[in-house]
Amino acid sequence: MFRNQYDTDVTTWSPAGRLHQVEYAMEAVKQGSAAIGLRSKTHVVLATVNKASSELLSHQKKLFKIDNHIGIAMAGLTADGRVLSRYMRSECINHNFVYESPLPVGRLVVQVADKAQVCTQRSWKRPYGVGLLVAGTDETGPHLYQNCPSGNYFEYQAFAIGSRSQAAKTYLERKYETFMGCTKDELIRHALYAVKESLQEEELTSSNCGLALVGIDEKFEILDPKKLQAYIDSMEDATKEEAAPTEEQPPHVAAGALLTRESSGGVEVPADGDGPSPMET
Amino acid sequence: MTGKQPYVGQGLEAPHAFTLMPGPTKHTQYPYVTGTSVLGIKYKDGVLIAADTAASYGSTVRYKSVERLKACGKHCLIGASGEISDFQQILQYVDKLILNDYMWDDGNNLSPKDIHNYLTRIMYNKRNNFDPLWNTLVLGGVKNGEKYLGVVTMIGVQYVDNHVASGFGNHLARPIFRDEWHENLTLEEGIQLLEKALTVLFYRDRSAINKVQVANITEAGINISEPYALKTNWDYNAFKNPTVGAEGSW
Repeated sequence: MFRNQYDTDVTTWSPAGRLHQVEYAMEAVKQGSAAIGLRSKTHVVLATVNKASSELLSHQKKLFKIDNHIGIAMAGLTADGRVLSRYMRSECINHNFVYESPLPVGRLVVQVADKAQVCTQRSWKRPYGVGLLVAGTDETGPHLYQNCPSGNYFEYQAFAIGSRSQAAKTYLERKYETFMGCTKDELIRHALYAVKESLQEEELTSSNCGLALVGIDEKFEILDPKKLQAYIDSMEDATKEEAAPTEEQPPHVAAGALLTRESSGGVEVPADGDGPSPMET
Repeated sequence: MTGKQPYVGQGLEAPHAFTLMPGPTKHTQYPYVTGTSVLGIKYKDGVLIAADTAASYGSTVRYKSVERLKACGKHCLIGASGEISDFQQILQYVDKLILNDYMWDDGNNLSPKDIHNYLTRIMYNKRNNFDPLWNTLVLGGVKNGEKYLGVVTMIGVQYVDNHVASGFGNHLARPIFRDEWHENLTLEEGIQLLEKALTVLFYRDRSAINKVQVANITEAGINISEPYALKTNWDYNAFKNPTVGAEGSW
């Protein structure tokens, strides 16, 4: 993407009706290592690719527990992600203090989105450079949401963000119709297969991925490496369904458009590959 | 809070000529127009809450058609004893809460427990500021099959139970409930039990009157009866020669 005349300030519109700073923030999300989420009728699973830039370095923490019934995976500027997760934890605990009941995940997601929108309309601020996949349960069941730097939020059946997320999305697109009926273990395996797609050549081990799970009557938990390795090992034993391709391949549309259920609010900025972007690399 | 001194009269902007002697806030420490007992019991299909329709001004029974039971949202009913104007303020708070919850329109709804805790936070907070809402609230509701019945007092004490009461009801009605309440009361039995307790209260509580309302909360919804009169009997032997055991009293 080359520089534009109108991209210095987040509060400057381009003649094409875009806020370039917000788009650049979303680009930061695309550069971060992948995060994947998927849900069934009873559980939501979050998985992350944990890429350390050198062998000496330990990888960054990308999975955060927000409350017993909510957790997030982030992609992009994880420092911004920590700030948002602190805000989310605070909101959850405040709600619990007043009402002694868990904050519905959908309402928390809207609060985060509104917070992100503020940063797109103040000249002295910058948008958050992190995308969140929010997994949680409430009265109406398990939910998966995405929060964008633009202030938009979307609910998903399954989704992936970050670098090489398209590979994971392709896997999810093939399989998502079966997710609702999956058991917990099946869902975890699907998530790991999706992570594997994002890792491409590398071998999937418990040291280059992370996984977390939340369910109805099941607290949000980040799997420890031993449990995770056990699931990874069980992937080889399970039947490889990838060998049987489905005939009804959807035309290659940006995964976001295919999988969204609802969208609302926030800045009207094309998300994640949609819309006219003649400068896409 | 800048410049706010504790125990100095609240609501005054700057010392006025006629209040050169600020002292402890007293105007929040007594009620004016008050309602008496509220009773609540769980029964087989839900919760029953009852109260009379009187509001007293000190020792005078001043207003006789006051509705002290109000529905809040689809699942919850609040009855109040104590200062009526404070009850009206509480209803404003709860109305706003319910409205905001309704506007989310996301399939999530406040449960009676949520409202109970919300009110407890308010009552306790105001108590800490020496400016209480002078009420004891009885809150009942049914949501997703679960029956809920609780109390919040003006000092922020909160509890739940199978049968509750406020004020004089604690002394006169609870003993009757303890003897006669059981899990599987039918609607008729429940109303009978409440009417028995309300009658005793009418006999013995000078702020109570013979005009009552009973509210029924079930999964299906809330129904508050029109006010009606209790049947009373003044022919009891105990009422004849009341001073037989205490000569000189009346």
